[in-house]
Amino acid sequence: MADDKDVLRDVWFGRIPTCFTLNPDEVTEREAEPYYLLLPRVSYLPLVTDKVKKHFLKVMRTEDVEEMWFEHEGTPLKWHYPIGVLFDFHASNSVLPWSITVHFKNFPDVDLLHCPSNSVVEAHFMSSIKEADALKHKSQVVNDMQKKDHKQLWMGLQNDKFDQFWAMNRKLMEYPTEEGGFRYIPFRIYQTTSDRPFIQKLFRPVSTEGNPHTLFDLLKEMCPDALTKDGEEKRFQVVIHGIEPLLETPLQWLSEHLSHPDNFLHICIIPTPTD
Amino acid sequence: MERCRARRAGPADAFRAGEGAAMPASLLWAVDVHGRVYSLSSAGQQWELWRDAPMEFKRVTAAQQCCWSLGCDNGIYLNVFASDVPVRYREETYENQRWNPVDGFSERLLPSDRWQWSDVTGLQHQPLHGFQLPSSSWEWEGDWYVDENFEGEPTEKEGWTYSIDFPSTYTKDKKWNSCVRRRRWIRYRRYKAMDTWAKIPSQPMSLPDPFSDISCGGWEISEEPRGRLSLWAVSLQGKVWFREGICHHNPEGSSWEEVPLPGEVVQISCGPGDLVWAVLWEGKLIVREGITRDCPKGLTWTVVEGPSPEVGASHVSVGNSVVWAVTKDNKVWFRRGVNSHNPCGSGWISMVGEMITISVGLHDQVWAVGGEDRAVYFRQGVTVSELSGKTWRAISAPRDGERSHSSASSQQSAGRYFSGEVQAQSVVNDADSDAEKGAGDGATFTTPEPLLGSASDPPSDPAPKARIPKVTSDSFISELVSDKDQAKPSKDVRVTPAVLEEEVLPIEGEESLLCAGEALPSTESRGGPASQWSNVDLEEAQNQQIQSAAVLDSAETCSLSSVTTFTLAGEDSYGAEEHPMWAWVSGGGCSVDSSSQLNWFSSSANTNSLTQSVQSMSLSVSPAQTAAWRRQICEQLSERSRREMDDFKHYEQAIEQSVWVKKGAMQWWRDWKPHKWIDVQFAFEQFSGPDGNKDGILFIYYNYYEEKKYLHAFINEVTILVPVLNDSKHTFAIYTDERTKQRWPIRVAAATELEMYDWLALLSVSCCESRGIRGPPSRQAIWSITCKGDIFVSEPSPALEAVPYPTPCDQMFWRQVGGHLRMVECGAGIVWGIGDPVSGYTSRGLPTDRYMWSNASGLQECTKTSTRPPSPQWTWVSDWAVDYSVSGGTDREGWQYAADFPASFHGYKTMKDFVRRRRWARKCKLTTTGPWQEVPPIALSDVTVLPGAAASSTIPLWAVSNKGDVLCRLGVTALTPAGSSWLHVGTDQPFKSISIGAAGQVWAIARDGSAFHRGSVSPQNPAGDCWYHIPSPAKQKLKQVSVGRTSICTVDENGNLWYRQGVTPSYPQGSSWDHISNNVRKVSVGPLDQIWIIADKVQGSQSLSCGTVCHRLGVQPVEPKGHQWDYGIGGGWDHVTVRGNATEPPRIALFSQKDSAPPTSRSPLPGGDAELNGSAVG
Repeated sequence: MADDKDVLRDVWFGRIPTCFTLNPDEVTEREAEPYYLLLPRVSYLPLVTDKVKKHFLKVMRTEDVEEMWFEHEGTPLKWHYPIGVLFDFHASNSVLPWSITVHFKNFPDVDLLHCPSNSVVEAHFMSSIKEADALKHKSQVVNDMQKKDHKQLWMGLQNDKFDQFWAMNRKLMEYPTEEGGFRYIPFRIYQTTSDRPFIQKLFRPVSTEGNPHTLFDLLKEMCPDALTKDGEEKRFQVVIHGIEPLLETPLQWLSEHLSHPDNFLHICIIPTPTD
Repeated sequence: MERCRARRAGPADAFRAGEGAAMPASLLWAVDVHGRVYSLSSAGQQWELWRDAPMEFKRVTAAQQCCWSLGCDNGIYLNVFASDVPVRYREETYENQRWNPVDGFSERLLPSDRWQWSDVTGLQHQPLHGFQLPSSSWEWEGDWYVDENFEGEPTEKEGWTYSIDFPSTYTKDKKWNSCVRRRRWIRYRRYKAMDTWAKIPSQPMSLPDPFSDISCGGWEISEEPRGRLSLWAVSLQGKVWFREGICHHNPEGSSWEEVPLPGEVVQISCGPGDLVWAVLWEGKLIVREGITRDCPKGLTWTVVEGPSPEVGASHVSVGNSVVWAVTKDNKVWFRRGVNSHNPCGSGWISMVGEMITISVGLHDQVWAVGGEDRAVYFRQGVTVSELSGKTWRAISAPRDGERSHSSASSQQSAGRYFSGEVQAQSVVNDADSDAEKGAGDGATFTTPEPLLGSASDPPSDPAPKARIPKVTSDSFISELVSDKDQAKPSKDVRVTPAVLEEEVLPIEGEESLLCAGEALPSTESRGGPASQWSNVDLEEAQNQQIQSAAVLDSAETCSLSSVTTFTLAGEDSYGAEEHPMWAWVSGGGCSVDSSSQLNWFSSSANTNSLTQSVQSMSLSVSPAQTAAWRRQICEQLSERSRREMDDFKHYEQAIEQSVWVKKGAMQWWRDWKPHKWIDVQFAFEQFSGPDGNKDGILFIYYNYYEEKKYLHAFINEVTILVPVLNDSKHTFAIYTDERTKQRWPIRVAAATELEMYDWLALLSVSCCESRGIRGPPSRQAIWSITCKGDIFVSEPSPALEAVPYPTPCDQMFWRQVGGHLRMVECGAGIVWGIGDPVSGYTSRGLPTDRYMWSNASGLQECTKTSTRPPSPQWTWVSDWAVDYSVSGGTDREGWQYAADFPASFHGYKTMKDFVRRRRWARKCKLTTTGPWQEVPPIALSDVTVLPGAAASSTIPLWAVSNKGDVLCRLGVTALTPAGSSWLHVGTDQPFKSISIGAAGQVWAIARDGSAFHRGSVSPQNPAGDCWYHIPSPAKQKLKQVSVGRTSICTVDENGNLWYRQGVTPSYPQGSSWDHISNNVRKVSVGPLDQIWIIADKVQGSQSLSCGTVCHRLGVQPVEPKGHQWDYGIGGGWDHVTVRGNATEPPRIALFSQKDSAPPTSRSPLPGGDAELNGSAVG
């Protein structure tokens, strides 16, 4: 039986094969070849697309280049969501490789945040970790860390260093055994049916009676529509890291093992494919 | 030492703290089937390819100082390893003359006399032109010169020594009866083919046949001459040749001597001592007898029957007192009873394993190349009491250039570091899980084949392998194994396991047990009798063991192969990679023993830590490991990997995992009390970030009460690396801004000086890379010098002088530049430095000068040895050019050397070392361009350059000689930084310090401690007209002055820093001295009037430091004295200059500050407001 550590590795080393194509409206000096890349599911687009940018800039004139942004089938991709979440939410049932269109102009300010440099990503990432720790440990763990420990988390993600990241992240995953889990589970639920970007509320890992909460318990409270009722056909998939965990999975375990590096459990509720 | 004893409880790592750690790295050599030569460091973990090989090689044979090889052209090649001691040889010849009344002394000699040019005896004719370089691997260091040294006494100019007649005793003085004279000519040649393969020229006359085998050894026979080696070679015709005359100064040897034989030899082996064995064509062996110190070639051969009557021997290898042989059926044999007195030994013992060649190296350690898999195996457990060792273990180190594998090693080390455990843990888990799974499949442990089959055949395995590219070095080993299994499924299992176990002694059983997991019945795994090797043939017993051993190994194999499968799937580069096939190995230069810690294998060696780690890494111990939800997640994850990754393995990874690791044994000055040096593992990992910038992490792994812990620092946070050589340790200090605040650096000590400089060079290059700093220092650079003369330079950030939020001083990054100087002065883009004229480096340094960690016993850290030149690997950022302006006599040798320099001296590397090695350099000038220039011979004690002078014009430069004369340098420009001539400026008394500021303000300090101002200095009148005496502050003797744009600061002998009040253009002498601070040793006022000092007694959170670089904060036109100190690097610093930094800070903040700033307080009274002034004490 694989150890829990292997689950962490599997989650960390998840890759999505991606085909980047240049938006046909861009002005180029010659035709741009598509660019193929394996994107780490747990990373963020700006951290892993330097090569893509370089590739397309070769065919473009500098004056035609503005901030790069990505779009999948008409939907601008938010760089501040983990790549795996973007894929699961927008494209999980489409054919691989994932097709992403690269734009260098007409930045959709309404939909996307600007990302002038990776330090913006770092700030976003670290603030997510801090927010998660506020939920889990009243920020005690993250505040006890030194600057270089924070750096270690960030560098681990940036350089795809599993061991480096987890050597520090494990501290964020600790909790007092007598409490059976974190104070609250940091999670975000993304729904295609909702206008809100995601659901994020306080939810404890253990019920008042002392029973561990499961994924089912969470969904029942947050978005009961996502659950399949008796005798009904399954309308939605509950996807975390590209898989559908059983609803009886304890939420605390999910939070420890299937959270993204930002320490949030990102759950995508997507319609079951019809075919 | 007590720690060693305590830790012996765990046999697996007891050696770590012991002598093994102190052993310097040495190399194992091997040739692969393609003829490429690789070496593997005993401290390293990957095979390094020797890319510069002129051709493919067949064989190598190594000693510790060199490696010989046999090329595909059947020629012999030599690779001499570069070391601190160059290989040079002095040729000499004598010029002889006789006096006659007509010509005086002339070359006209009597017929009975010796040759006009001869050797010392006069018997050998030796004209100068008769000397040829022995081979193209040599070069002349210079031309012939006359030796003007006769038995320690200087001779007359031409070096003649006189006598009545040849041969006789000679004197250096010519007497009335001196009829003959002679002088010695000397010329050095140097072996230049270091670290490269140089062909040994074949002998034109008695050319031996093309060679087919070589073996070197014999270095333990005799200490004299130094570096003596025996080299034996076999020719294609089966003759044996001995190379005469190999020693340190003649690494190539001089000639081949044929050694008569009783038969035709095919292969020969020479041990470190007096053992030489050879294999005859028909499979018998011959042993050389009579090898002694006086007769390294030996006297006679004795024939020894091969191990097996049917199958002849094919290969033999000997050590100090062991002989190993391989027969033509690839069986391995150990000869018992071999020693110096009985070189033939007494009988053969069959060993397990099938090998094609064997190499016995230092300490009788054994390596071999496997017969089937062509892997290099290391014999584990070879000790003096058990020379036959215990098991073969395949070396799984990756070869360089194998991208995926190098990342593997990094992961491995990262794992070890970050959790002390991660990497090893996976192995255990695999073993665990797969053993379980195996049982579930119904496979039994008595029949190995099914297990092996399932291992190499993933589809038959339903469970698991849900593993994502787990890149550990284990995967490499298993890759080998599983590949092989697929190729030869029905092959005898005996050869397949990566580890062939012959016996399972309790000590090793621990490891086996862990590898195999609990599911493996221990009774079966150790079925064989645990018999000690003795002089008995154990073949019978082995056969039983083989069975059980194979079972054991197959379990391990199978467990690992799951990793393999996914490794192959995970990274495309794996697909193309085949496991290395080796042809030959040589351990003759590899100094390891059974207790050495080697990183050549998969990581399962350290079993104790493993178990710990498993526990500590389990994030939540799930009670229901087998719960449905959990299994479902694992299955889905592996299904996801298959779905999303299997078909796209050829895609590029978004984040490149190029990682580079260097490790070593070091000592660390531990952070907690009682402070002491403890043994640690030191590792540096460098990786390229997604943006292509290199970054790295330094790790120090130590033990704290049996617990493994680590300390780490990111390279981009390191602010400075300071070498601290002392008598007993080769140490250096690593600072980060945090450590600077604490006044407590990370201090580590390397085993050797060379190692220390290796590390320093590597780390400093990495620090610079991570900060994007390259090239020579900029003209704005800030320079500082430690009390030991080490020079550091920092590139100022634009905000360094910003008000009110300057870059904190402790965040400044300092890099070392070459040379050792007492002071450096810069400005207007030129840099001058002054070396230490009289005292060298030994006599300098008050107690306060020492690094703060120097112990109370007064151990002097500044010694002659401490100023030795850095190793050649050390790359300086810029070159120092030495000024050879020294008067005659004492520095004669220096002149000589200088004469040898090529005219285009610039960039000549030895030069830089030379500056330090000789330490007689009087004055140094930093130059990055331009030719060599000479400056008149005046030794300086202080020098000043006008900061911020326009580069196009003449740059004012003043100096004080060490006699106290004031000098003004003429003709200094950016293009001619050395200037043209000195102009002497008269003074009534000797001076000791001088400084020039803007608008021609020249200030100086006289030896009596008073100050002087030079009037009317201008471009038209560069030396000014007269000195104005300025009284010193009450009862204080000034010692140093520095002048900026408008600010003039002085330091007195009691450590007070003074500011000159009331200086105006019309009254440049000013009115009074204002006290700024105490505990100041030196001041540098920059072109922006910024004030930097060297301060004493700076308190950090953990320690106090003396000699600290400090920056005055809040210095503004309205508040030129500033208001407080910011503390930077220290202690042990002696000098700083900021006079190059004319970068105006961003002015944004200045406005608001101006409003809130207190009113200008230019009080004429000294002392002043305590709150305003403060002191350098923090």
